[in-house]
Amino acid sequence: MDLTCTPEEEEFRARLRRWLGEVLPRLPAPPAATDWPGRRAYDTAWQRMLYDAGYAGLHWPRDAGGQGATPAQHLIFLEETERAGAPYVGANFVGLLHAGPTLAAEGTAEQRARWLPPILRGEEIWCQGFSEPDAGSDLAALRTRAVRDGDTYVINGAKIWTSHAEVADWCELLVRTDPAAPKHRGISWLAMPMDAPGVTVRPLRTLAGSTEFAEVFLDDVRVPAGNRVGAENDGWRVTMVTLSFERGTAFVGEVVACRRVLGALARAARANGRWDDAVLRRRLGRLHAEFTALWRLTQWNVSEAMRAPARGGQRGSGGVPGTGGSVFKLRYSHARQELYDTAAEVLGAGALDADHEWVADRLSSLSYTIAAGTSQIQQNIVAERILGLPKGR
Amino acid sequence: MDFQLTDEQRALKDGTRELLAGRFGRDRLRAAVEDPGPDRALWRELGAAGFFALRLPEKGGGVGLGLPEAVLVLEEAGRALLPGPLVACQLLAGVVDGVATGEKTVGLCEGAREPVLWEHPAGCDELILVEGGEEGGGEVEGDEEEGARERTGGAYRSASDRVSCAPFASVDPLTPLARVLDLPRTDPVALDVPRLRREAALLTAAQQLGSAVRTVEMAAGHAREREQFGAPIGSFQAVKQLCAQMLVRAEMARSAVYAASITESVLDITGAKLLADEAAVRNARDCLQVHGGMGFTWEADVHLHLKRAWLRAECWGAAGEAEELLAAGLIA
Ligand SMILES: Cc1cc2nc3c(=O)[nH]c(=O)nc-3n(C[C@H](O)[C@H](O)[C@H](O)COP(=O)(O)OP(=O)(O)OC[C@H]3O[C@@H](n4cnc5c(N)ncnc54)[C@H](O)[C@@H]3O)c2cc1C
Repeated sequence: MDLTCTPEEEEFRARLRRWLGEVLPRLPAPPAATDWPGRRAYDTAWQRMLYDAGYAGLHWPRDAGGQGATPAQHLIFLEETERAGAPYVGANFVGLLHAGPTLAAEGTAEQRARWLPPILRGEEIWCQGFSEPDAGSDLAALRTRAVRDGDTYVINGAKIWTSHAEVADWCELLVRTDPAAPKHRGISWLAMPMDAPGVTVRPLRTLAGSTEFAEVFLDDVRVPAGNRVGAENDGWRVTMVTLSFERGTAFVGEVVACRRVLGALARAARANGRWDDAVLRRRLGRLHAEFTALWRLTQWNVSEAMRAPARGGQRGSGGVPGTGGSVFKLRYSHARQELYDTAAEVLGAGALDADHEWVADRLSSLSYTIAAGTSQIQQNIVAERILGLPKGR
Repeated sequence: MDFQLTDEQRALKDGTRELLAGRFGRDRLRAAVEDPGPDRALWRELGAAGFFALRLPEKGGGVGLGLPEAVLVLEEAGRALLPGPLVACQLLAGVVDGVATGEKTVGLCEGAREPVLWEHPAGCDELILVEGGEEGGGEVEGDEEEGARERTGGAYRSASDRVSCAPFASVDPLTPLARVLDLPRTDPVALDVPRLRREAALLTAAQQLGSAVRTVEMAAGHAREREQFGAPIGSFQAVKQLCAQMLVRAEMARSAVYAASITESVLDITGAKLLADEAAVRNARDCLQVHGGMGFTWEADVHLHLKRAWLRAECWGAAGEAEELLAAGLIA
């Protein structure tokens, strides 16, 4: 058991810190949270800066255009960028954190060459077209059809809750290619260009007031068969790879952010006198333990993933994270909500000001127990896959 | 950074588990409920296996390992519900002769709280009392000397039969308690009291972790076997969710406790104790729920985990103090 960084890791950290110190002061002010085109431009520009400095796709394999960094270096990267107040992945989220890694793990050489470099350079934005109006938690019940016509698929159906669809160039799309097969068997994973004729995006307003997700309607959309990742009807397996990236690593950087917010909360409470309330103070103390432990759990999971290839464990497959991600996501999503509820207590009537950063974050934190698989679904996963409880009926 | 057990650590943990399973199985556990020992023969055996000399230097016949290893071993002891003054013997093996080999036993008592409770009064040859030296303490006005003692703490040793006690009905049948009436302060020992406190808290947390992990296994095992409505109860979502939450609590506690054993920082240890206490207590309760009526019987082992967890949660920093300390750490 070792938490110290190697000299190479410390050197990596120092170099990154220097670089952040140079570039961050020159960044323009971020756009308004509701300005999606503005946010796209801002987030992709930041990605381009990372690319030029050699930090793009840090933990992606080298043959996928990444830097082949160890997961430990990736953790350092997340820790340092967050600490320095660097922009968050934002609109690049799907591409960098799960579509890209899925393409790297499952795509052909041609597919990787086509799609990975623009993700890394911040030129193309991806979205995730998995959920449908009648297929959310029961994702395999999806009905969007893709019918083969020579070398193309003709797609009809509708997707929902598609984050960043408004500004995306590509969509990782799940379609049913064999309606006769059992529901998990007839699915395929496609890369669909969002500007293809027949794609209509209708933004949905979230409870936070923004349009971060949308409905996507697909009418006779034609997608080349070469855009299919994995074999036809083998899309469920590919989907599991995508989901494990989504749950396994996608939230890690945010833990550092939460720790920073917690410190700021305590100082704010001291300044406005709420600190004198012992109940509130104790709540803050408990959250301190909580977020420290979440960071340790992250380090534990990452170390386990780093070791897995050597041990030949199932986690080793292409760096795909294991069920530890579900354990983390479960606890983290609730802790985050608790954090911002506590922020509201600190703010008092200020918690009614929707323009306050903590209030906006409180609203968005409500999605964490739903998006990327609800808490109930994560609990089923933990109970069935880790504890070996029988499948429910 | 490789925050996973090394092969040696894994072997130590597995070895301890096997040793305890062989020497302190279910029958012995139930016998201990009637007569909570410590069992001197087992104590010597543990001593011979290096259980208490774990952190003493190899030169003096110790095993030469560190705090992380002590944590792993105590996690296993907590899992097995091994009774006895475990933390005291682990921490004082280099201080009181005969403890390292398991020939003698020593108790450790917190003098700063009322009432002053002593675990296993009949099973200890000696008692060490500590006072002061709490984190965040030391703000005593006036008397300079008193202030300094508050910060650094004091420790005193005494033969057991010289300590005057009153009976105290322990909620945990595996941990007899006595109330110390007259604090034995005649024989000071040079000990780093703040450090002793920190380590006692961490090793207590390690036992809580072991218990929390064990109760998840007990609950999941029962949920796989027990049938109602023609199906294993583990196929029902309400039961699944209880079990999943238990696992999450145990894994959080594990990360926190293991990390604290490496950093040894006050805040890490305090947070780890808080989460491990929560994991042990809540998991035992949920385990009881999963066992239904059977869980409420004396015959089932669940209550033994719960009662022990309650007891440990009161030792070396209870929730309220821990939360205050952690809160203060946010603005320090
Ligand atoms: C902010 C946000 C962003 C999102 N982004 C995307 C995206 O980019 N792409 C995408 O494809 N999807 C996205 N989603 C969709 C998300 O994955 C789904 O909302 C989620 O999986 C739940 O599905 P549902 O909304 O249909 O709810 P339902 O599945 O209808 O669930 C409703 C309730 O029933 C419970 N429930 C359902 N089944 C079970 C069961 N078996 N056991 C116990 N309880 C159950 C759920 O836990 C929930 O409480 C996003 C969602 C949000 C909130």
